[in-house]
Amino acid sequence: MTAVPDIEFRAVTKRYGAITAVSGIDLAIPPSAFVALLGPSGCGKTTCLRMIGGFEQPSEGQVLIRGRDMAGTPAYRRPVNMVFQQYALFPHLDVEENISYGLRQARPRLSSREIALRAGEALSMVQLAGYGRRKVHELSGGQQQRVALARALVNKPAVLLLDEPLAALDKKLRTDMQIELQNLQREIGITFVLVTHDQEEALSMSDFVCVMNGGRVVQLGQPSEIYDEPADLFVADFVGKTNLLSGKVAGLSGDLVDVALADGTVISARKRVPLGRGEAVSVSLRPESLSLSAPGGGALKGIVRNRIFLGSTAEYAIEVQGIGSLLAKADHVIGQGNLFKPGEPVAIGFAAGAPLAFPHANNNGTNQREDQHAEILS
Amino acid sequence: MRRSLFRKNLVTALLLAPATLWLVVFLVLPFVAIAIFSVGERAPEGGYQAALTLAQYANLPARATAFWNTMVLAPAGALACLLVAYPVAYYLALRAPQRWRLILLALIVIPFWTSLLMRTYAWMYILGGRGIPALLAYVGIEDLRLINTPGAVLLGIVYGYLPLMILPIYVSLERLDRRLLEASADLGATPLSTFLGVTLRLSLPGVMTGFSLVMILLLGEYLIPTLLGGGKVFFIGNALVDLFLQSRNWPFGSAIAITLVLVSVVVLIVANRISTRLSGARRVDLI
Repeated sequence: MTAVPDIEFRAVTKRYGAITAVSGIDLAIPPSAFVALLGPSGCGKTTCLRMIGGFEQPSEGQVLIRGRDMAGTPAYRRPVNMVFQQYALFPHLDVEENISYGLRQARPRLSSREIALRAGEALSMVQLAGYGRRKVHELSGGQQQRVALARALVNKPAVLLLDEPLAALDKKLRTDMQIELQNLQREIGITFVLVTHDQEEALSMSDFVCVMNGGRVVQLGQPSEIYDEPADLFVADFVGKTNLLSGKVAGLSGDLVDVALADGTVISARKRVPLGRGEAVSVSLRPESLSLSAPGGGALKGIVRNRIFLGSTAEYAIEVQGIGSLLAKADHVIGQGNLFKPGEPVAIGFAAGAPLAFPHANNNGTNQREDQHAEILS
Repeated sequence: MRRSLFRKNLVTALLLAPATLWLVVFLVLPFVAIAIFSVGERAPEGGYQAALTLAQYANLPARATAFWNTMVLAPAGALACLLVAYPVAYYLALRAPQRWRLILLALIVIPFWTSLLMRTYAWMYILGGRGIPALLAYVGIEDLRLINTPGAVLLGIVYGYLPLMILPIYVSLERLDRRLLEASADLGATPLSTFLGVTLRLSLPGVMTGFSLVMILLLGEYLIPTLLGGGKVFFIGNALVDLFLQSRNWPFGSAIAITLVLVSVVVLIVANRISTRLSGARRVDLI
């Protein structure tokens, strides 16, 4: 990439007293991209966003916006705008006054005609034409969200920052807004940086996903890369649903390892990092990479415990002797009607490249996996 | 249904009864009495004599000085209080470290544990001949008179009423959503712009509450002008005491009292209007 990145972090560390929120992050966000900072709460993603916005100063390192070091540049002089969590709209101003707030701060001053014109354009852009004189609290959550977007975009920022913008909306609205945000980003062509803890949101909306954990960037890549080739156990577990099977390395051959699972079954898995013979590993297997068939073939055998029929797909919780509960997801084709029933024995197979082996050591995802299962089965 | 509704109303009535009784006996009845007195005449030997005349109201200009002092010093005192209180409230709500906040608030409230009378007496000595002037004379500044001046009264007012101004402003600033300040900065507003356009604007209900509270108490102020104004700075409160207890001209005193109440009500209504308008749609009832 020869272009100057819109946002660049150079060895950025942020400490609050004894707590390190962000440690030594290097990150370059290319121009005109939709980037999601994804991670569990406390991973430092919001701190990163706030350092771009100028609400926090890095303890070490530099934050650059379009190649300019932002050290000492206060929030009100930065060429970025933010859509705040819960929007932070001004309650004492009406919709139009909220939107034109930034324009009225511009120096040299803009003519009131231009302000009115641009505010009007921004209102139409978010499909709120005619709502200018409404009070903010008279609007629904979705409408407030649009006002917050218009209020930020009307200033033509170099980068738009979005702090969990969809968290307060219901599911239907959220899906609509996801599409709308994507369209807006393509239309305007500026970089959007979105902070979210919702991996689905990150995967569905962004061009790049930056997965963070414990104040570090764990992986930066396109959504499909993140999903298909997770850098470590954390990413594998956090992004999407997965089955984690613990075992020991029984054999090595190039990029592949043979893993002996707890029940003695040996399966072949790809590895992302060097592994040693005898090392404890976790093997990640995506639910959709498992295929179920009538008993007889397959690598593993189990009994269907629960079935959740979702229309286009069906999810199964399968009890495998000696290994535990596995989640499998199968496409449902109309007319084929071959759903397995709870209590039925099944054989479980998977494609050769599907299992991924990770070192067991920094396994902090097990509980989350169990939570996910609990969620699915409840 | 009807029975339970009746019972509910009965309970409500019983709960409200003590307060209602109290207000009727100690507010409404005296007010009616004063209103009746105010259209009457002074009995030859003092007190009240039944009549129906507006002569007492026509005579109000005779006490113009007391009205003037009150009308100038009450808003001036409230304003002085506001100017001192706002930065304090701002610091407490937005700048002070969380763990210090309660302690600092307590320090502001603690003086209330001693009666205002005692504290004002203390000021009498501090400002009086053996107080600050004596100290200043020591370093060569002679003949400085502090006590019994409008300045002394103003000082006493600010001292006495400051907490009443700080607390409502503190509450409104405390409730202020900090993200609004960040949003304002994010949209390019300088700290000054943010303060004027967001912080001050949204704390106006607190400012108006504090201002009208202090202002109304000051309209009836008696103690501070008496002790620190020494009879030279005469408030309406002092005029009332004088008329009722010294010259025993009850009807005239009553007319002044009624006028004072009307002025207070007008101040309240205006303040309420302003703060309602400025704070947007959310209505704020002061009293």
